[in-house]
Amino acid sequence: MIIVSNLRKNFGAKRAVDDVSFSVERGEVLGFLGPNGAGKSTTMRMVTGFIPPTAGRITIGGFDVVDQPLQARRLVGYLPENAPAYTDMTVQGFLAFTAEIRGLRGPAKLAAVNRAIEMCFLENVRHQSVETLSKGYRHRTCFAQSVIHDPEVLVLDEPTDGLDPNQKHEVRSLIRRMGQTKAIIFSTHILEEVDAVCSRAIIINRGRIIANGTPAELRQRSAIAGAVTVRVAGEKAAALAQKLNALSPVKRTEVVAETAAGATVRAYPKREPVNGEFAREINAALAGSKIEELHSEEGRLDEVFRQLTMPNGPKEVLA
Amino acid sequence: MNAWYGIKTIAKRELGAYFSSPLAYIFIVIFLLLSSFFTFMVGAFFQRGEASLTRSFFDWHPWFYLFLVPAVGMRLWAEERRVGTIELLLTMPVTAWQAIVGKFLASWLFLGLALALTFPLVITVNYLGQPDNGVILCGYLGSWLMAGAYLAISCLTSALTRSQVVSFILSVVACLFFILCGFAPVVNLLSGWASPSVVDTVAAFSFITHFDGFQKGVVDSRDVIFFLSVILFALFSNSVVLRTHRAG
Repeated sequence: MIIVSNLRKNFGAKRAVDDVSFSVERGEVLGFLGPNGAGKSTTMRMVTGFIPPTAGRITIGGFDVVDQPLQARRLVGYLPENAPAYTDMTVQGFLAFTAEIRGLRGPAKLAAVNRAIEMCFLENVRHQSVETLSKGYRHRTCFAQSVIHDPEVLVLDEPTDGLDPNQKHEVRSLIRRMGQTKAIIFSTHILEEVDAVCSRAIIINRGRIIANGTPAELRQRSAIAGAVTVRVAGEKAAALAQKLNALSPVKRTEVVAETAAGATVRAYPKREPVNGEFAREINAALAGSKIEELHSEEGRLDEVFRQLTMPNGPKEVLA
Repeated sequence: MNAWYGIKTIAKRELGAYFSSPLAYIFIVIFLLLSSFFTFMVGAFFQRGEASLTRSFFDWHPWFYLFLVPAVGMRLWAEERRVGTIELLLTMPVTAWQAIVGKFLASWLFLGLALALTFPLVITVNYLGQPDNGVILCGYLGSWLMAGAYLAISCLTSALTRSQVVSFILSVVACLFFILCGFAPVVNLLSGWASPSVVDTVAAFSFITHFDGFQKGVVDSRDVIFFLSVILFALFSNSVVLRTHRAG
């Protein structure tokens, strides 16, 4: 549905987006990750046709965003950053306006407005002026606007920003549900959201894509992915580490915590472990010790994110 | 979906925005108070003893509009930029032109409504004497066209900034230029040292000069074309400003 190829955007001498390419199919939810100022919003603004790209090409459903803007825009629902809405209108009036400008009239317009209000839990504030809404409601009003015409493509710039945990949960399940039939791009800097919602994620830093894969694939790039963490009662950390270091598949160990009750140590494997064999070997080696907990690390997105986006270049990737 | 549909939808929203805030009512009341005050007190409507609105009423319009029209037009784009709704509007399936024309038309209709509400003056003058109603109608038409020219300039300055105050000031200054270049004292001053052709060229840009014909009941195509071309040029510049702003 969305094909972005070699997209570039310069603001004066500054290059905000540099050679970005990706595509999103129907049924996919693409998470856009990156630190502030990485070029997420700029990319989304180009995809929705708000700002023209310096170079590169974007097509939505086969329509070029620059050459056939109206056809392309008809397919897209857009939630801009900070969720703007006309403050002088009521929620219902605002949604009716956006439905109308999308070409819905009469009963179809009314039905669309009601559906969006129901979907985004806006019933209590239907007749309230947008100006008087709390941030969460205003956000959902703008979100409702983006789905009012049941678009095939959704572009959501930080859809959960400023919502309370319950609302965040609602919006995420909404995105996940809609992601089954639509092509969705959404940006965030909350990493748990990627796991909760995305089928694929892109990490972007200083205008460039630096990682692209499923959340599980990205986690694999974490330094601790594949390591085994073990907590043993009544043992000193140094002794435990020594015991583990002596094993042939262990590359090195790291003390995670040590208390009077026991110690937690993490062992890194020499090569990529398969089917938990590394964990089994450690379990066997520690037979006789009081193991309280033993698990393989899946890797953590936040760690991958930090590794890849640190301003002074990526840290050395261990193991 | 045709272009007119987009324009109409946007214009409807803008008109609604005027009337959902106190702005519309304040504007209309002030406009009516000012125009009555100037007509009867300063313009000496009764003392003139003429059954006409030309000097007593229409003469003031270029000066009223100088402050009132920028007040109507200042929010059109500045507010969209400040709140960020411009990003919504310009990613909807409408062209920038439809948005520009829709906003302009809504405000122009609103100004037309305010102008039409001065109708009691027409009734008064008809009650007191036998005025040439054709001349009066012509004056109204000219006044509305002139308001459109002021408004288009206000649209342009509004697109330049996200601050309504800055937009207002810029627009007043720009409109002031269009008034003063044909204002008698300024023309006299100019003719002291510039050649008559220069003076005429400068004066040809004045709203006052072009409005004068309408007041006398003459619909000169040159005056109509002048106002329409000011409107078109300002709206075109408006679209250029929007495009430049988006291109970053």
